Amino acid sequence: MTAIELNGVSRWYGNIVAVNDVTMTIGPGVTGLLGPNGAGKTTILHMIAGFLAPSRGDVIVAGHSSWRNPAMFREVGLVPERDSVYAFLTGQEFVAATARLHKLADPAGAARRAIELLEMTDVQDRKISTYSKGMRQRIKVAAALVHDPEIVLLDEPFNGMDPRQRLHMMDVLSAEGARGRVIVFSSHILEEVERLSGTIQVIVGGRLAASGDFRAIRRLMTNRPHVFMLRSSDDRALAAALMRRPAVSAVELTSHGLQVRAADYGTFTREVAGITRDYGIRLLQLSPADESLESVFAYLLAA
Amino acid sequence: MDGLLNGVVMRLTLRATMSRKRALLFALPAIILIGLSALLTKTAHSPVWPPELLRTVGLLVVALTSLLVGGSVLGGEIEDGSIVHLLATPVSRRSVVLSKYVVAVLLTWVFAAVPEYLAAAIAKGAGNRLAIGLLVGALAGAAIYNALFVLLTAAFSPGRALAGGLLYVLLWEGLLATLVPGVGLLSVEHYSLAIANSIAHNGDLHAGLNTGTGIGMGVAVTVVALVLAVIRLSEFSVKGDIA
Repeated sequence: MTAIELNGVSRWYGNIVAVNDVTMTIGPGVTGLLGPNGAGKTTILHMIAGFLAPSRGDVIVAGHSSWRNPAMFREVGLVPERDSVYAFLTGQEFVAATARLHKLADPAGAARRAIELLEMTDVQDRKISTYSKGMRQRIKVAAALVHDPEIVLLDEPFNGMDPRQRLHMMDVLSAEGARGRVIVFSSHILEEVERLSGTIQVIVGGRLAASGDFRAIRRLMTNRPHVFMLRSSDDRALAAALMRRPAVSAVELTSHGLQVRAADYGTFTREVAGITRDYGIRLLQLSPADESLESVFAYLLAA
Repeated sequence: MDGLLNGVVMRLTLRATMSRKRALLFALPAIILIGLSALLTKTAHSPVWPPELLRTVGLLVVALTSLLVGGSVLGGEIEDGSIVHLLATPVSRRSVVLSKYVVAVLLTWVFAAVPEYLAAAIAKGAGNRLAIGLLVGALAGAAIYNALFVLLTAAFSPGRALAGGLLYVLLWEGLLATLVPGVGLLSVEHYSLAIANSIAHNGDLHAGLNTGTGIGMGVAVTVVALVLAVIRLSEFSVKGDIA
């Protein structure tokens, strides 16, 4: 079943294109929207949640257009990124009020279950204004789950959480995904997505750069050409030696040392020590030049 | 299909509005008005001051309290982003706007219309036609002003909404409506006066409009403002991320 469908969706603000012709389908299980900050993940989530109209294209959630359709929240739970909740309420009051807004038959019972699931029972009677950022995130998730929605949208849900809270939240979301819920979350942190989602949608510069099984995309990321900076006792000799190896596709002699483009990350890093030893060259520095997530994303976009 | 009003939204709105420690701020103009009335009752020798004070200061209190309350019931939550939690539920936008509007009107009645009556009652006695007329005019004015100010906060940023509301009350109503003939037709204060004067029959209230026009315009402005506020909230957008 396809719970969420984006067909040729673009969103622009004046001359700035935030999301560019994105088409994707999302079904049950956990799906991560991965991309650097400002890539358009939040814009896409907001369009899915009906809080932003697409400039072009259709966003279909549970069979209906999400824009101007508050009725869809019977089946959708939303955890916004912004850390603004009704701070004057206690955690329990906030979740129970949300349950009442959903007109649940037993709002107090539903609130209790959701609060227990997020392990917030001990602090549920404290005012939200006294909560840490991680606790606020968890109470927001409890409120989003209180009506047992089929689809849960979370915008950067792990922001502000300590490692233990993060692991617990991941377990909760994994379990909910395994139960057949559609869990969609955005993150700019590769490890979060790696740990949690089977399926990812990689967003770069407002475009869908890669989509599908996480492991396949992770392999693509690992096997991409890597650039290293090397300094040695004899850069020119080392350059000549490196060019004889199939794992190396290009070497450039710069004022800071050698810039080496390796076609195969694993082989190159295994071989480089042996090469310098064989040629009697002392390796002074070896550092990856393009390991930022942005460069990984940029590669995926070009691939 | 949910009803016109939502009790949960109303309770949340009431707590949010009052928890911002605004109760004192809301009460201050009313206290000043009642204090002035009590003081003048004891000290003034001229009998013309009650309609003069209650028309100018009294209705200004209604307008400014409406601006503070009506501007915060929706604007406060839009400003801090907590409105998203409310809008991420199946409650209709119409129900959200109307629930918040009703809370704003009730609060304005408590903090401005009732004090207007009390100030008049101190000056002229509880059953006096002027007091009752001004109470009804203030109740109606609060209902119309709040619809306008809820619309302003739904349509503009909180700062602009407040500036627009102040300009309307102080410049448009306070200055232009008294100087330029015809401007009163677009003045909530004039609608209130027309309604008040239909009961008070007091020439000092200077109602520039007849009762039918006052009521008709007041109802029309209220309905149009609320319909536009619902449309505006239905299109409520949050800012996305732009690289």
